[in-house]
Amino acid sequence: MRHLLGIRGLTPEEALGILDEAPRYQDVADQPVPRVPVLVGRTVTHLFMEPSTRTQASFQLAAKRLSAEPLSFVPKSSSLTKGETFLDTARTLASMAPDIVVVRSAESGAPHVLAREIPTAQVINAGDGISEHPTQALLDAFTIRKHLGRIAGVRVTIIGDLLHSRVFRSNARLLTMLGAEVRCCGPPTLVPPGLDRLGVRSLLHLEEALEGAEAVMVLRIQHERMHASFIPTEREYYREFGLTGERLARTDNAIVLHPGPLNRGVEISSEVADGPRSVILDQVRNGVAVRMAVLAEIARSSPRSQRTDG
Amino acid sequence: MADRPVVLRGARAVDPTGDLDAVMDLRLAEGRIAAVGEDLAEPGDRVVDVDGLVAAPGFCDMHVHFREPGLEYKETVASGAAAAVAGGFTAVACMANTDPVNDSPSVTAHIRQLADQAGLAHVHPIAATTQGMAGERISEFGSLKEAGAVAVSDDGLPVGDPAVMRKALEYSRLHDLPVIEHCETLELTGEGAMREGAYAAWIGLPGIPAASEFIAVERNIALAEITGARLHIAHLSTARSAAAVRRAKAAGLRVTAEVTPHHLVLTEEAVGDYDTAAKMKPPLAADADREALLTAIADGTADAIATDHAPHHEDEKRLCFQSAPFGIVGLETAVPLVLDRLVASGAISLAEAVRLLSTGPRRILGLPGGDLQPGSPADITLLDLEATGTIDPESFRSRGRSTPFAGLSLRGQVAATWVGGREVYSRDAGR
Repeated sequence: MRHLLGIRGLTPEEALGILDEAPRYQDVADQPVPRVPVLVGRTVTHLFMEPSTRTQASFQLAAKRLSAEPLSFVPKSSSLTKGETFLDTARTLASMAPDIVVVRSAESGAPHVLAREIPTAQVINAGDGISEHPTQALLDAFTIRKHLGRIAGVRVTIIGDLLHSRVFRSNARLLTMLGAEVRCCGPPTLVPPGLDRLGVRSLLHLEEALEGAEAVMVLRIQHERMHASFIPTEREYYREFGLTGERLARTDNAIVLHPGPLNRGVEISSEVADGPRSVILDQVRNGVAVRMAVLAEIARSSPRSQRTDG
Repeated sequence: MADRPVVLRGARAVDPTGDLDAVMDLRLAEGRIAAVGEDLAEPGDRVVDVDGLVAAPGFCDMHVHFREPGLEYKETVASGAAAAVAGGFTAVACMANTDPVNDSPSVTAHIRQLADQAGLAHVHPIAATTQGMAGERISEFGSLKEAGAVAVSDDGLPVGDPAVMRKALEYSRLHDLPVIEHCETLELTGEGAMREGAYAAWIGLPGIPAASEFIAVERNIALAEITGARLHIAHLSTARSAAAVRRAKAAGLRVTAEVTPHHLVLTEEAVGDYDTAAKMKPPLAADADREALLTAIADGTADAIATDHAPHHEDEKRLCFQSAPFGIVGLETAVPLVLDRLVASGAISLAEAVRLLSTGPRRILGLPGGDLQPGSPADITLLDLEATGTIDPESFRSRGRSTPFAGLSLRGQVAATWVGGREVYSRDAGR
């Protein structure tokens, strides 16, 4: 695997390969010295053009546990227009001959542009605009499989801002590719036309979408969506779409996932978030292992790896 | 020193206004077509053998952006005019969104002067509908027309306020200037970067709904109806917009419309992996829209094919999709696209293509020509329907390079372009 630009472009075999490898890396965390020499001497550059505490920490921990040299590259975007920053940053980075670049950007397609502009680097998408967040989807799939024992045939319901969610797009692709039955639901203002192409079934009413679900994925609702009038108020959102215990009871004893950070009392009640069916903290734990598996898999097909290990 | 008369010998002369499609000589003298007929060469004439080529009345692109004054790093009048003749266009009409905006007779005159210096294509300025393109107060239509403006338009910044649009249409009647409108409802466009629909949902880009265009089209047609003014709708891109224009024409309104080659050939899928060469306004649409536009050019709903040639600097288009500006170049790709994808494919006849590329736009703008009648300007586009060429942005005369058609091989090329009885471009002569 040369890059991980998105779930789009990934084969089911590649995806399953990563899910199968991840438990090995989960064990690393439990070792006295939680470190394996997979990426010794390699730089993993974390290019975060958009603030992200959780994903960046997860990737950095993953890189360190693989003995890589992690490098943070967080350009100040305030003084320049975002476009100029990006192209110049890409060129600057290219001159440093990085091995792996983990990129997070507010712009859809940024990892694709980076892969074109830095032909020598291997690019991992850590979230781009409203497009994809492939490692989040991989860790979600991993978590679902860990708790339910399978992905094929699992009934998954995704709730929230489907229009702006890269987590939704990557999950819809990956879960349907692996045979899950994905339903989704959100305020009609946040459900774009044309979702059929992603292989998901979009339902107007939450009750119907939750019926018989085995896994419920709750998406984070961004505060700025209220200002743009996508939703009237947070209170109203909670009334219509918040995942409460009562609503969860309509499912087939579903596990509950959330990519974090949580807006308690907006998209999810504390009762559910902290309840027995919540796997939210396990997602975070699995995230490090899955990202280690991704980094290791990417490193296997690097030109440098063929020179030294081959 | 007056040029010797020229005889273009043995061309297939195509003139949709006279139903002419026959092998003929064209005799050009004193900048005009002197005669069309057989064996026209007289002693002393310069005879140019154009056997096997189509001779059409000079093509006119009624929608280009030449960026001068103010944004010369994107395009100048001279580079744009060179691109025009290389693309087979003897005339263009350039939009007002320069810096400063072309809302004053001095800017209009300046653009014409730059075009005269370049001495290639005729460049007809389109003045701003409103002062500073701010959408508030209408421009000095009378002075602008006197300085050479052929139409008014706030292209790119649509007139949002319906009261202002109504006044512009009412006032335009005084000078019989067409008001060209880029129909877009900016509030519906929002942050949109490509057409809303399955592909945008699929790759995760914010969408521009079709309604952003057709609501503005329908509003402006209603205003044209109550004012009785001439409204020209730029770059139709949706089926519903085309249907609205068809109804307006059937109702006898003075409404005309244009379509771009890219909207006739491509769909939203051309965005591919966030390719900024497929980012323009209006955005590429669904296949059903594309088919409706093909119907519109064939049944006379659309009067013109215009490129919306919108050059940008390479650095601007090499950004991420959402940051990159809207707009692609079109002057040097349009004619081969029309010949290969529309004429050879049977969507329209060659005569219809000539109507859309020459007669139609000239009639809208009140320009002479668009036919091969004696007395018309000796502006001729010569086409080689058999020649094949590959679109190579590096060879463009335009300073803009961004096109979704790079690398495409097309059959049917511009062989030569004649303006005022002189050859200003020849494919054989190279560049």
